[in-house]
Amino acid sequence: MTRGFRIAFRAAIILIAIVAAVVFASAILWLIGADASRTFYIICIEPLTKMLHISEVLIRAIPLCIIALGISAAYRSGIINIGAEGQMAMGLLAFTGVALAFPDLPRPLLLPLALIASMIGGGIWGYIPGILRAKLNVSELLSTVMLNYIAAQFYSLCLRTIFLDPNERIDGTGNPQSMRFTENVWLDRITGRLHYGIIIAIVLAVLIYVLLWKTTVGFRMRASGSGARAARYAGISVGFYAALSMAISGAFAGLAGGVELAGVHRRAIEGITNNYGFSGVVVALFGGLHPAGIIPASFFFGLMIYGATLAPSKVGVPANIVQVMQGIIIIVIVTAQMVLSNTYFQDRVWRRYQRIMKKEA
Amino acid sequence: MVDIVVNMLSMCIPFSVALLLASIGEMFNQRAGVFNLGCEGVMAMGAFIGMLIPFAAGGGGPVSQWYNFLGFAAAAAVGALLGLIFGVITVTFRAPQGIAGIGLQMFGVGAAGTLFRHFVGGTQSIPGIPDIDIPLLSKIPLIGDIFFSHNVMAYLAYLFIPVAMYILFKTPWGLRVRAAGTNPRAADSMGINVNRTRYEALMLGSALAGLAGAYLSIAQAKLFSDSLISGRGFIAVALVYFGHWHPLKVMGGALLFTFAQTFQTVVQSMGISFPYELAVMLPYVLVIVVLSFTSKDQRMAPTALGQPFNREIRT
Amino acid sequence: MEHITKRFPGVLASDDISISVGEGEVLALVGENGAGKTTLMNILMGLYQSDEGRILINDREVHFRGPEDAFRAGLGMVHQTYMLVHNMTVLENVALGYKNAWKHVRVDLDAVRTRIEEISTRYGLSVNPDAYVWQLSVGEQQRVELVKTLCLGARFLILDEPTSALTPQETDELIALLKNMTKELSIIFISHKLQEVKALSSKVTILRHGKVVFSGNTDDYSSQEIAAKMTGHEIVLPKNRASMPDGEEALGIDGITVMSDMGTKALDNFSLSVRSGEIVGLAGVSGNGQRELAEAINGLRPVESGRIVLLGKEIQNRSAHDVIQAGMGYIPEERNTEGIVPSFSIMENLALKDITTEKFSSHGIVKKDEEEKNAIRLVEGFDIRCPGIATAAGTLSGGNIQKVILAREIDRKPEFLVAVYPTRGLDMGAVEFIHQRLLAIRESGIGILLISEELDEIMNLSDRIAVIYKGSVQKILNRDEATKERLGILMAGVKEE
Repeated sequence: MTRGFRIAFRAAIILIAIVAAVVFASAILWLIGADASRTFYIICIEPLTKMLHISEVLIRAIPLCIIALGISAAYRSGIINIGAEGQMAMGLLAFTGVALAFPDLPRPLLLPLALIASMIGGGIWGYIPGILRAKLNVSELLSTVMLNYIAAQFYSLCLRTIFLDPNERIDGTGNPQSMRFTENVWLDRITGRLHYGIIIAIVLAVLIYVLLWKTTVGFRMRASGSGARAARYAGISVGFYAALSMAISGAFAGLAGGVELAGVHRRAIEGITNNYGFSGVVVALFGGLHPAGIIPASFFFGLMIYGATLAPSKVGVPANIVQVMQGIIIIVIVTAQMVLSNTYFQDRVWRRYQRIMKKEA
Repeated sequence: MVDIVVNMLSMCIPFSVALLLASIGEMFNQRAGVFNLGCEGVMAMGAFIGMLIPFAAGGGGPVSQWYNFLGFAAAAAVGALLGLIFGVITVTFRAPQGIAGIGLQMFGVGAAGTLFRHFVGGTQSIPGIPDIDIPLLSKIPLIGDIFFSHNVMAYLAYLFIPVAMYILFKTPWGLRVRAAGTNPRAADSMGINVNRTRYEALMLGSALAGLAGAYLSIAQAKLFSDSLISGRGFIAVALVYFGHWHPLKVMGGALLFTFAQTFQTVVQSMGISFPYELAVMLPYVLVIVVLSFTSKDQRMAPTALGQPFNREIRT
Repeated sequence: MEHITKRFPGVLASDDISISVGEGEVLALVGENGAGKTTLMNILMGLYQSDEGRILINDREVHFRGPEDAFRAGLGMVHQTYMLVHNMTVLENVALGYKNAWKHVRVDLDAVRTRIEEISTRYGLSVNPDAYVWQLSVGEQQRVELVKTLCLGARFLILDEPTSALTPQETDELIALLKNMTKELSIIFISHKLQEVKALSSKVTILRHGKVVFSGNTDDYSSQEIAAKMTGHEIVLPKNRASMPDGEEALGIDGITVMSDMGTKALDNFSLSVRSGEIVGLAGVSGNGQRELAEAINGLRPVESGRIVLLGKEIQNRSAHDVIQAGMGYIPEERNTEGIVPSFSIMENLALKDITTEKFSSHGIVKKDEEEKNAIRLVEGFDIRCPGIATAAGTLSGGNIQKVILAREIDRKPEFLVAVYPTRGLDMGAVEFIHQRLLAIRESGIGILLISEELDEIMNLSDRIAVIYKGSVQKILNRDEATKERLGILMAGVKEE
């Protein structure tokens, strides 16, 4: 097999995968009678045409990136975290709790404190399914989903009760929300609503890279993920690293929530998690479970998520279409990966190719 | 007090049907060796399609019962189609089933929401299907309310349990499914087409999940909304583990969880000041507790669960 | 079968092979592991499609698209790993292939039962149709396999290493049974054990590296001649001829009881002691507690009672990490999943056990250049054939994977080594290499517990030989006391006077 053939094979499979994704998405768009190419334009190109749009895209990319980094660390350790949604909610709660409890602490103290609280909140929520998997062999796929629902209920319970804005109690609009935080927990903004969370995301990407590929902890996490049995036989406590990776993953999701509060909303409201937890799984996979891939991937999905909010008014396509696209993208990625790693298939194509070449010669 | 208990129990049977159908469907998938985490998405699509047909026919007003049953049929068909697609991904291309299932779930929930907004718009209710009082039996005090005055789909779903057992344990197809999910290599050596069997089981299982979704929208809630399914698909997957892949135990699980779900209604009707959110949480907490303490006995389990079959890769 | 060719990625599993079997004949197909015997039979059964060549039955060409076509033509195969569904009954397992009993919506289990009884009585193979397969012993499972194959109407039987899990005595019974069957059946018999070949077959065909290297009548050749043709090159495996070591006790196992995954006692009051510089071979039919023993020693399985002492330190119920730190080396049974992380590079796998030590890291940061230096040195020292040290270890051949494991375990300078089936499935060259290394470790004064099912390997290398049966040591013999026959009797559970 020649090198050229290998590259061409890869390229062809990736191309087919992209085409398949576009065709499937177009089929749904066709069902609702929308103009597919215009929809794709609105979702993927239009937001790039104005600075204001770009900053909105980046605002969405920040939590996506942070969450996806955490998910990739867990995934590399052999545990699929689809509970980022709930972990983020717990991060929001912890952040809100600290922000409301100590409104008058100076910012250099309060902001880090609140952010750390959000990491702890999310981290605990991630550690639970991790330890359940390690000790009792409970599928993390199911437990994390359940914890998502539990966290969502708990979040709205808190919003309606202990965190409820006192003004809301008097002349409520019916929207449960907390008091606006004092400026001591705000992250500064760069331009528009774009805040310095973007720096945090990039620093975290570097940290995850160092953790996974440069440290012994990362070495053991990756060993547990790629060959749990062999890792166990080599004296690595696989369960411990599964739980640790989930705690890290949860802490990242929690921090994403904290950054979102400090940079964008500055008060706890409903709907902040915005399905970022699930999108984060797609971003992590799309980014090849590597920080260098996750940064551009989170920008791309931030683009799609923001673009989808433009779609209802501009092309009459409901914003849910972004979820459809994410589902398709996950499916296409995992399928294409299987085809690419199937040496049997590659071998067969190669022989057929040789036969054709022979005939022509 | 008696009233409340009877009320609660009489809700159990109709409210358990969606979970029951979905988890029996998932049981067929898993018995054949495929872990379909996309159940939630299939249910969402089933719920939407099932609701769309009677809604489109009657514009929200009363319609002939036939449209409701057409809705069920269409939901089952869409479910089977999604099962087929999932088969292509996980059986033919052998993609990892867990993550592919998440993809299917996102696709199904997203597509149902998208199509719903386009074809229906906002919250619209439909008349749904009526309860049928079984003559004589429904007149028995207490027992009658609990067991014999439900809608026809509820009866059918429970009648399906023995049928599912017969299919699984007595028919050639059931034999094939169990072999394909436990030792596909052995099944293959006996001339059984493992992949085809898995496709068939996926289509049947997903059709049942589609029906389960339609039951929620047509018979139970009588409307569709984004939060209609709210994790029932995932709970159904958990119930299969809980029920050790046996229809009767799965049914027991479905009833137990429905009982937990009706708890909130009881709390409200008893006027106890118990936070609504905590009551809603209960079934989800229960899933985690149950999964933690369900025995992990592998002797009767489909041990090839989650493993794609490839004849030419030797292990 | 004529001119059969089959390719796997990077391997030519069958290269232009032709074989023929007449009615009532027994053909022995012999060859080393990996010579392509099983692949060839899977092609015959329609499980694999050959890339080239054709199959003739009674001079008529046939095309099998799947095993069903092969069954219809009267072929039946008993696979090396039994093809039984463990959560179904014997009855259901037979019904799975017995399509006569498949009515539209019902399996006629009574018809299957009648059929099983008919076959059982005809061939003297008794089975309990209502038992679940997971309840059966290995020997019973094999009987079920035979009954199943015969129920489907096989007149032409293929047996893939049918004796590999049996004791020598069970093997004799099976051979007698099969001899009896040759009145009615033709048989292809895959084996690499020459006594069996001599005892049963009328013709013999030898495969090496996917090619037929020899065909002839069994009676015309001696075992030695066949053996020489099988390996193709004269390899004399090294033997342990040193005198009995008199070192201190290195590993002492004192009356341990360990549970299996199924919750039964896998080891029952098991005791054994190994000195420094001694190789103790543990012989026994696999499944008698060997796996559990190795795991218990290495901290991978809890010990219910008893003690394990490594150089004066108790190590039972310590974590795998602690046991490794105490100086234990381990060559595990499943080299692909237990010995290496397949997707990790050779370099990473060589550092797998010691990544946290000073050698490979400081303050939690991995020293990449040390990893590389170490890998380059070991790849050379152990003759690991690979494209480079960054290659994923899982892509290497079995022999080279085993060399990676051996290099890592030996270079860590262990105080003791547990080696489980260290040469299973390897070609003779690799076997020779590994045997030499094991003897060299012994010379350096390290004790070795060698767990194996190859009696030749055990008798060549060991100073003393312990026989395990149902989780207990049956007897311990010195090297010069052990003969194959004696070991065989012990392995079957017969107590010596």
